[in-house]
Amino acid sequence: MRKFKEYIIEKLILASGLASIFFVIVIFLFLLKEGLAVFKIVTPANFLFGKNWYPISEPPQLGIFPLILGSLLVTLGAAIISVPIGIACAVYIAEVAPVRTKEILKASIELLAAIPSVVLGFIGMVTLVPWVKSIFKLPTGLTALSGSIMLAFMAMPTIVSIAEDALYSVPRSHKEGALALGATHWQTIYRVLLPAASSGILAAVMLGIGRVIGETMAVMMITGNAALMPHSFLQPVRTLTATIAAEMGEAVVGSEHYFALFAIGIVLFVISFAINITADLFLHRKR
Amino acid sequence: MRNPQRTEKIAFFFLFLATLVIALPVGLVVIIIISKGLPAINWQFLSDIPRQGMRSGGIFPAIMGTVYLVTGAIIFALPIGLLAAVYLSEYAKDNLLTRVIKLAIVNLAGVPSVVYGLFGLALFVVFFKFGASILSGSLTLGIMILPIIITASREALESVPYSFREVSYSLGASKWQTIRHIVLPNAIPGILTGTILGLGRAAGETAPILFTVAAFYLPQLPKSIFDQAMALPYHLYVISTQVPNVDEKIRYATALVLLVLVLCMNLVAILIRYQFRKRKKW
Repeated sequence: MRKFKEYIIEKLILASGLASIFFVIVIFLFLLKEGLAVFKIVTPANFLFGKNWYPISEPPQLGIFPLILGSLLVTLGAAIISVPIGIACAVYIAEVAPVRTKEILKASIELLAAIPSVVLGFIGMVTLVPWVKSIFKLPTGLTALSGSIMLAFMAMPTIVSIAEDALYSVPRSHKEGALALGATHWQTIYRVLLPAASSGILAAVMLGIGRVIGETMAVMMITGNAALMPHSFLQPVRTLTATIAAEMGEAVVGSEHYFALFAIGIVLFVISFAINITADLFLHRKR
Repeated sequence: MRNPQRTEKIAFFFLFLATLVIALPVGLVVIIIISKGLPAINWQFLSDIPRQGMRSGGIFPAIMGTVYLVTGAIIFALPIGLLAAVYLSEYAKDNLLTRVIKLAIVNLAGVPSVVYGLFGLALFVVFFKFGASILSGSLTLGIMILPIIITASREALESVPYSFREVSYSLGASKWQTIRHIVLPNAIPGILTGTILGLGRAAGETAPILFTVAAFYLPQLPKSIFDQAMALPYHLYVISTQVPNVDEKIRYATALVLLVLVLCMNLVAILIRYQFRKRKKW
C-alpha cells in the first residue's frame, strides 16, 4: 500500500517537473491556433512589412511594420541608455562600493524590480512626460524618447543583477594576479574582470533587452500610441505589446483584428524565445 | 593613462555617477508616491466602492479583486511549482530532459506579460469557456509566476545538505519519506520566500488580466469564481488613462496602495530569508 502511494506521488512529481515544458508548448500552440488564421487574408510578408495598420477599416489593412519599428526604436533608445549605465552600476556594486553602500544599493535595485510596471507608467506620465515636453518644446511629451527612458530604467534591475553575478563569478585568482603585477584596481577591472565576465555581461544585456521588448503597461501609458511609421525619437510611437494591450479589448473574438493581434503575439513569443535561449547559452558557456 | 591613479579616480567617479542615476530616481519615485498619495488615504478610501464614475469614493472592490486573483494564482501555482522543484532537485538526472525542463522554465519566465494575457484569453476564456472571470485570471497569473516559485523552491531544496538525506536513508526511510520529513521541512523558509515573491509579482501585473478578468467598473464584490472582478493595477491604469478629470490625489493614493501591497510582500520575503540565514543549522 505504501509502495503504491509512493508510486503515485513520484508520478505526480514527474508530471509537475514536465509541466513547464507542457505550458511553453501549450502557450505557443494556442498563439498559433488563434494567430495563423490571419494569414488567410494577408501574406506573412505583407503582415510583417506592410506599412499600414488599420485593423478596423473595411477591408482591414494589417501591416505591423510601423509597430515593429516602434518597438525597435524604443528598445534601441532604452539599450543605448541602460547598457552603459547598467554595467557601470554593476561594476560599482561588485567592485568599488563599501559594504554598507553595497547593501543599500542592492536593496534599491531590488525595490525597483518590485515596483509594478503600471505604477512606473503612472509616475512616468506625471513626471517624465511633462519634462520631455517642456525640454524639447514639443506638442506632446508622449514620445518614443519618454518610452526609452522609462524602459531603460525598467531594464536596470535585470542588467545590473546578472552582470554583477557575472563579475562575482570571475575567479579571485584572476584579480589577485593582476593586482600583484602592479595594476591599479581600475586597470584590473577594465583589463581583466570585464573581459573575463564578458559572456555573462552579454547575457545580462540580452535579458535586459528581452525585458524591454516585452514590457507593456508603462510603454502603453507614455509612448503616445500612434500606429504610424516612426521618424524620430521625439514622436509618439506604438509598440507591438501596446498594440495588443490597447486593442484586444475591442477586437471581436474570431474577427480578422483578433487573429492579427494573436499573430503579433506569435512574433513577440518567437523574439523572447530566441533571446532567452541565446542568453542561456552565453550563461552556460561561462561554466 | 600617464597617471593610473588619477585615471582610476576619474573612472570610479563615473561608476558612482552611473549608480546614482539609477538609485536616485528609485528613491524619488517612492517619495513622490508616498508624499502625494498619503493625504488621500483614509478608512473610507480603503473600504468604500468607487463613486461618481470612479472620481471619488474608494477602491475596496479593486483591493478585494486583487486579493482573490492572487489567492487563486497561488493555489494553482504552488503545488505544481513545489513538486516541479522537488523533481529538479531530488529526481532529475543530468540529462537532456532536465536541460530542456530548465530551458522551458527560463522561457516561461521570459514570455512577455501581455502574451500571457493572449494565452489566457485563448485557452481559459474562449477554449474552456470560463469567460472573463476570476478563474481565468488566476490561472493565467498562476502560470506566469510558476517559474518564480520553481526557481526559488529548487534553490531552497538544493541548499539542504546531502548528509541529511544520507542519514535518513541509512535509517531505512524511502526516498519520498526522506523528501517529505527531512528535505521539505528544512526548505520551508526558502519556499515561502519564493511564494511570496510570486504573490507580489501576481499582484502587480496588469497585462495578463486585461482580457481575462479585469472589469472596468464593477461597484460590487464578485460572488463566484466565474465573475469578473476589478483589480488594483488595472484600476490604476483605468483612472490614470481612461477616465478624464480624476483628482490627482485619488490616482496617487491608488498607486500608493498598490505599491505598499507589493513592497510589503517583498519585505516579508526578505525578512524570512534574513531570519532563516541567521538560524541556519548547517
